[in-house]
Amino acid sequence: MDTNSSSPRVGVFVCHCGSNIAGTVDVEKVAQEISKMEGVAYAGSYIYMCSDPGQKLMRETIEKEKLDRIVVAACSPTLHEKTFRINSKNAGLNPYQCEISNIREHCSWVHEDKAKATEKAIKITKSIVEKVKNDSSLTDIEVPITKKAVVIGGGVAGIQAALDIANGGYKTYLVERDSSIGGKMAKLSETFPTLDCSQCILTPKMVEAANHPNIELLTYSEVENVSGYLGNFKVKIKKKPTSVKWDICTGCGDCYPKCPVKVPSEFQEGLAKRTAIYTPFPQAVPNKPVIDRENCLYYQKGICKICEKICKIGAIDFEMQEEIVEVDAGAIVVATGYQEYPLQNLSDYGGGRYPNVISGLKFERLLSASGPTGGQVLRPSDGKPVKDVVFVQCAGSRDIEEHKPYCSKICCMYTAKHAMLFKHKVHDGNAYVFYIDVRTAGKDYEEFYYRTTEEDHALYTRGKVSKIFEDGDKVVVWGVDTLTGKKVEIRADLAVLATAIEPSSGIMELKQKLKVSVDENGFLKEAHPKLRPVESMTSGIFFAGAAQGPKDIPESVSQAGAAASKVLSMFSADFLHKEPLICEINEDVCSGCGICIMLCPYGALEAEITTKDNKETKRSKLNEALCQGCGTCSSACPSGAATMRNDISKNMFKMIEVILE
Amino acid sequence: MSKANIAFYWAASCGGCEIAVLDINEKILDIIEKANILMWPVAMDTKYEDLKKMKDKSIDVCFFNGAIRTSENEELAHLLRKKSKILVAFGSCAHEGCIPALANLFNKKLIFDRAYQETETTVNKENTLPMTSFDVKEGEIHIPEFYDTVKTLDQVVEVDYYLPGCPPTPNIVEDAFNKFLTGDLPPKGAVLAPVKALCDECPRKKKDKTIETIYRVYEKEADPEKCFLDQGIICMGPATRSGCGHQCIKGNMPCTGCFGKTPEVNDQGAKMISALASVLAVENEIELDEKKVEELISKIKDPVGTFYRYSLASSFIKRKVIK
Ligand SMILES: Cc1cc2nc3c(=O)[nH]c(=O)nc-3n(C[C@H](O)[C@H](O)[C@H](O)COP(=O)(O)OP(=O)(O)OC[C@H]3O[C@@H](n4cnc5c(N)ncnc54)[C@H](O)[C@@H]3O)c2cc1C
Ligand code: SF4
Ligand code: SF4
Ligand code: SF4
Ligand code: SF4
Repeated sequence: MDTNSSSPRVGVFVCHCGSNIAGTVDVEKVAQEISKMEGVAYAGSYIYMCSDPGQKLMRETIEKEKLDRIVVAACSPTLHEKTFRINSKNAGLNPYQCEISNIREHCSWVHEDKAKATEKAIKITKSIVEKVKNDSSLTDIEVPITKKAVVIGGGVAGIQAALDIANGGYKTYLVERDSSIGGKMAKLSETFPTLDCSQCILTPKMVEAANHPNIELLTYSEVENVSGYLGNFKVKIKKKPTSVKWDICTGCGDCYPKCPVKVPSEFQEGLAKRTAIYTPFPQAVPNKPVIDRENCLYYQKGICKICEKICKIGAIDFEMQEEIVEVDAGAIVVATGYQEYPLQNLSDYGGGRYPNVISGLKFERLLSASGPTGGQVLRPSDGKPVKDVVFVQCAGSRDIEEHKPYCSKICCMYTAKHAMLFKHKVHDGNAYVFYIDVRTAGKDYEEFYYRTTEEDHALYTRGKVSKIFEDGDKVVVWGVDTLTGKKVEIRADLAVLATAIEPSSGIMELKQKLKVSVDENGFLKEAHPKLRPVESMTSGIFFAGAAQGPKDIPESVSQAGAAASKVLSMFSADFLHKEPLICEINEDVCSGCGICIMLCPYGALEAEITTKDNKETKRSKLNEALCQGCGTCSSACPSGAATMRNDISKNMFKMIEVILE
Repeated sequence: MSKANIAFYWAASCGGCEIAVLDINEKILDIIEKANILMWPVAMDTKYEDLKKMKDKSIDVCFFNGAIRTSENEELAHLLRKKSKILVAFGSCAHEGCIPALANLFNKKLIFDRAYQETETTVNKENTLPMTSFDVKEGEIHIPEFYDTVKTLDQVVEVDYYLPGCPPTPNIVEDAFNKFLTGDLPPKGAVLAPVKALCDECPRKKKDKTIETIYRVYEKEADPEKCFLDQGIICMGPATRSGCGHQCIKGNMPCTGCFGKTPEVNDQGAKMISALASVLAVENEIELDEKKVEELISKIKDPVGTFYRYSLASSFIKRKVIK
C-alpha cells in the first residue's frame, strides 16, 4: 500500500516540552506557519506531546482530521520516535509515515534568541513535512528465529546468563576457552561485601550449569567464526584437543600426580606448580584433565607417556585433533570478562620485578583456604609471614598519561576486603592503604569500608605512591600524603597493587568475528550507554559481565540476567519483527557492477548470477534479515539501484528548498 | 499519412552529431520517404529568415545537437523551440554539455586570453579580441556573444526528449526515428536509451569489486575478458546509461561515460567518485595512512575530465567559480 499518489493529509504536532521548547521557540507561531504549507491538514501544539493526554490528542486529531501521516515537532528521534510511531500506529496510520522534527536538541536547547530560534524551528519542521509527504507506508520484516543461544565466556556472568536462558527452556551452548568454567570468581577467596566464600557460592552454579539438560558445555573451546544474523546465527566453535577422551575419563585424578612436569599454575597465579596433565583446580567443571602440549614431555621431546600407562581406562589420546563444531543460534551473549593489567607495566612499582610486589588476584590466592598457603599470608619470596602490607589502589587506573584513563571500579572494594581479611588473619599486622579516592557506591559497601577502617583499623593514606623498591628483604613504599603534604615511607613485607583491569586478551579478534564494537579501552560497546546497556550494536548479540566494563560480581550477575531476559523475550516470539528502514535493490536498475557487494559491513549483499539465453546476468541480491540499514551500499551504488527505504535522498532538494525559502 | 516535418540543428558541437545521423546508412532513405527535412545545416542551406518565417509548431520533430555556448546558440534554441512540436536534445552536448562544457573550468576572459594571446603560435600585438559589434566600411557587423558558461539545451528551453551519446549510436538514433515516426513515445522528458548502467550489457567477467590501485589506460595492457575496474582501470560503465552497444569496451577501451547518468541518479560524476572511493583499497583500508591515501588518489589524473567529461554543465557544480 502506498498512499503517496493521492494528495497527502499531513498533521503536525508541535510540543512545548514544558518550557524546554516553548521557552525559546514560539510554538504557536511554528504551528501557524506550518499550517500554511501545502498538504498540511492540521497543525497544533500541546504542552507535553509524549504524555498520555498528548498522545490521546494526537490520536483523536488523526481521526477527526482524517490525517494520513504526521510530523511531531519535539525532542530528538532517539528519545520518542518510537513512542510516536507506536501512537500513530494505534491511530491506524502506518508508523513509518510518522516523522520527528527535532526542535529541542537541534534548536531550543542550543539557541537563546527567540525570534531566530522560532524561525529555525519552522524551517526544520517544514523540511520534515516535505520528507513525510514522500514516505512510503512500510511493513515490518519478519525473520524466523532459531531458539538456541550461544554464551561466550564461562565466568560468573556467562554461567548466570546460560542458566537463566536454559531455565527459560532453551538450549544454550556455553563456550569457555579454559578447560573449566568459573572465570575469575573461582580464584577469589571471600567476596565483599558479605565475605561469602567465593567458591562456596560459585561451585554450585558451575555444577548446575554442567548438569542442566538445556546447557551444553563447550569448554577448552573458542569461537572460530560467526556468520548469519539476528535470530539465525551460525557459530563455528573450535574444540581444542584436550588429549584426554573426556567421554570415558572418570576424573579419578590418578594421572596428574605422576606427571613429571612442573610448571607454574595459572589458577594459583604462579604461587604453586601444576603438572602437564592437569585440571586447573580441584573443583573444576568439568572435572576432566587436559594435557598442556607446550609443556608435555611427549609433545616436546617424544618421551614419557606416563599418564597413558597410569590411566586404566585408556582415556589418554595423544593423537587427538582439534574439532570444529557448528551450531545454529538465534542469539549470542558475550561474557568474556577481564584480565588484570600486566604488573610489568607498572615498573615504578617494581611490578614484575620484585616477588613481593603482587597483584590483587595473587593476594586472593594467598588469602584463599584452597590456595597454596592454605590461607596463610606468606611472602612469595621466602614464605615468611607478612606483618606489614601496603595496598596501592588505582595502580594503572585513572592515569590518563601512562596507563588506563578509567576507574577500574572494583579495586576500592576489594582492597578494603583485602585489608580487612589480612587483619582478620594477622591480628598484630598493619595494613596500609594508599588511595586517591575511596569509591564505595553500592549496597552495604560504605558500611563494609567503615568496618575495614574503624573496626579492623586499616590505615588509609590519601595519596599516590611514587615508587616501590626493594631494600634487603623489605619492600619500601614511597608516597605523599596529599592531605598533610608530607612524604611517607613504609617498609613493608608485601605490596599488593590493585592493578587496573582490562578486557580479556583476544577481545579484538572476537569483536571482529562478531561484528560488534569496542570502546576506546577495548571494552565491548553497548548500543546505548543508558537505555540499552546489555545490547550490542549488532542485533541479536548481547553483553554480560566485566567484558563490557569493570564490574563486581553482583553487577555482573544482574547484567547477565538482563542479557538473558533480552534473549528470552526474543525467543518468546516465533518471528522477529524488524524495522523495515533498510536498503532496497531495484532490480530494474541494478546493472550488476558489483561495487556494493564487498562493502556491506553485515554481509547482506550477494551477487546473484542467472543465465538466460546464454547470457549471464549479475545482480546484487539483498538479504533483508541481515541489512542494518547503514546506507553504505546506497552511497556507493553508481547507478542509483541501491537506495534506502524512506530516506531523504528522494526529495532532498525539496527539503533543502523549504529551508532556503 | 502525410509526411512528417523534421529539422536538425547544430549549436556548440564538433559536428559529429550531424554526421551521426548518417551513420544509420541506407536507413536514412526510409526516413526521407516518411519525412520532409526542413533544415539540416550540414547538408542543406537554410537561412535564419526562412526559419523565422515558418509557422509556430510547423516542425514535428527537431533534433538539436550542440551545447549553448553563444547568444546565437541560445537564440536558435528559442526559435526552434517555438517552431517545433517536439524538441529533442540530440547527443551529449545538447543533453549534458559534453566536451564544450569542460570550458566551464574557465570563463570567457581566460579562454580569450589563452586563445588570442597565450598560445605558442599566436602573435597578437594589437591585442585584437572578438567583439560583438564593430564598424567596417560596409556598416556595422554583429557577431554572437561568447558566454562565460556553457549550458545544456534544457537549461535554456524546455526539452521533450534526449538522445544520449557522443555521438548517439546508430541503433538508438534509428530507434528514436522509429519512435517519432510511429508516435510510440515514452513520457515527456525521457532519455531514449535503456535505464540500466553499461555493466548490464558489458560481457566482461566482473568480480565483486575491491580495487587495489589505479592504472591509466596506457599503463597496462587490459585483459579483454575482464572488467576494466577489476583491473584497476577506471571505467565509467557502472555510472553510465547503457544502449551504446558497449563499443568502447569492444575496442578494449573503458567507458568514458558519454551516455550520461542513469535515471535514478542526480550527478554522474559524484556518483562515480563515491563508488570508486568506496571500493578503492577497501581490503587493506586499515593499513592506509593519510599519505598513502593521497598517493592512491593522486593516480587519478584529471578528475574532472575523468568523472565529468560529458556531464559538467548538467552536474551539481556546473562550472568552476572564478573570482
Ligand atoms: C583481585 C580481585 C578481587 C575481587 N573481589 C571481588 C569481590 O570480593 N566481590 C565481587 O563482587 N567482585 C570481586 N571481583 C570482581 C570479579 O572478579 C568480577 O566481577 C567477575 O569475575 C566478573 O565476571 P565475568 O564473568 O564477567 O568475567 P570473568 O570472571 O573474567 O570470566 C570470563 C570468562 O570468559 C572466558 N573467556 C575470555 N575470553 C574468552 C574467549 N574469547 N572465548 C571463550 N571464553 C573466553 C575466561 O576464560 C573466563 O572464564 C574481584 C576482582 C579482582 C581482580
Ligand atoms: S585420564 Fe585416566 S587417569 Fe587421568 S583422570 Fe582421566 S580416567 Fe583418571
Ligand atoms: S544498507 Fe548497509 S547493511 Fe544494508 S545492504 Fe546496504 S551496506 Fe548492507
Ligand atoms: S552497486 Fe548498484 S548497480 Fe552495482 S551491483 Fe550494487 S546495486 Fe547493482
Ligand atoms: S565497469 Fe566497465 S568493464 Fe566493468 S563491467 Fe562495467 S562496463 Fe564492463
